[in-house]
Amino acid sequence: MRLLIALLCGGLFGTGLVIAGMTDTNKVQGWLDIFGAWDPTLAFVLGGAMLPMAVLWQVLRMRKQSHAILGDAIPQVNTSAPDKPLIIGAVLFGAGWGVAGLCPGPALASLSFGGMGGLYFLGAMLAGMVMAPSFKRMLS
Amino acid sequence: MSYIDPDWINGFLGGLIIGLAACIYLLFNGRIMGASGIVGSLVDCTAGSGAVERIIFLAGLVGAPLLMAFVVVVPPTNLTDNILVIVAGGVLVGLGTRIGNGCTSGHGVCGISRLSMRGLVATLCYLGAGFICVALLRHVWGII
Repeated sequence: MRLLIALLCGGLFGTGLVIAGMTDTNKVQGWLDIFGAWDPTLAFVLGGAMLPMAVLWQVLRMRKQSHAILGDAIPQVNTSAPDKPLIIGAVLFGAGWGVAGLCPGPALASLSFGGMGGLYFLGAMLAGMVMAPSFKRMLS
Repeated sequence: MSYIDPDWINGFLGGLIIGLAACIYLLFNGRIMGASGIVGSLVDCTAGSGAVERIIFLAGLVGAPLLMAFVVVVPPTNLTDNILVIVAGGVLVGLGTRIGNGCTSGHGVCGISRLSMRGLVATLCYLGAGFICVALLRHVWGII
């Protein structure tokens, strides 16, 4: 059952990303181009995605529900203050997002139609992920 | 404004579908739907017993757009031909999301919606860096 849910959610996620235009690097870089021809589309994407999640978090809180339907604990929110790795990591990620116009979800969703460039991006991203733990140790 | 850009409607609808996926994943499996966490934990072997579930999730994520392409015209990615730019972007995204523990889906969609301070701060940081990066690369250096 868990696996079926995972397949469904992955599929919905990929479908939503393509429909929303998140796999189009022109849309993403247009959204980040606040000093040029700014494209607000991604604000609608992020708003649309946060809306159902905000409702669900609120319902879970009101019902004091601590466990998911299939039994696992709902992850607690990390209330520790933002630290160096969080900020440095987010800045590096944002820079990469701006450079190529892809973030991890869309990089995977576009794999089947993104050509060789998409494969190179994914390869580079995985390499970055392999290197990340040693960089993170250096930061802390 | 006298009309609504159809891209905005598609963006909002696509966003709702993404949000729905995140809701189902959390409500049933008790997991945060963060793309970088799902991929990254498989890459550095921290996924443990959740590995199979994550691989299946990724199969759906890659497979659904593949199936979609049989039914509708999928818009091109318009990714640059400049291999250096692609690789630099990829490495930065991979490094940054794993050091900062999340990307657009994890920090942005799942974090901010539960009023997580860390999610909000991370989102402001990656948006700011993205704005500066595109400004420099497009308007100052003319690379992208």
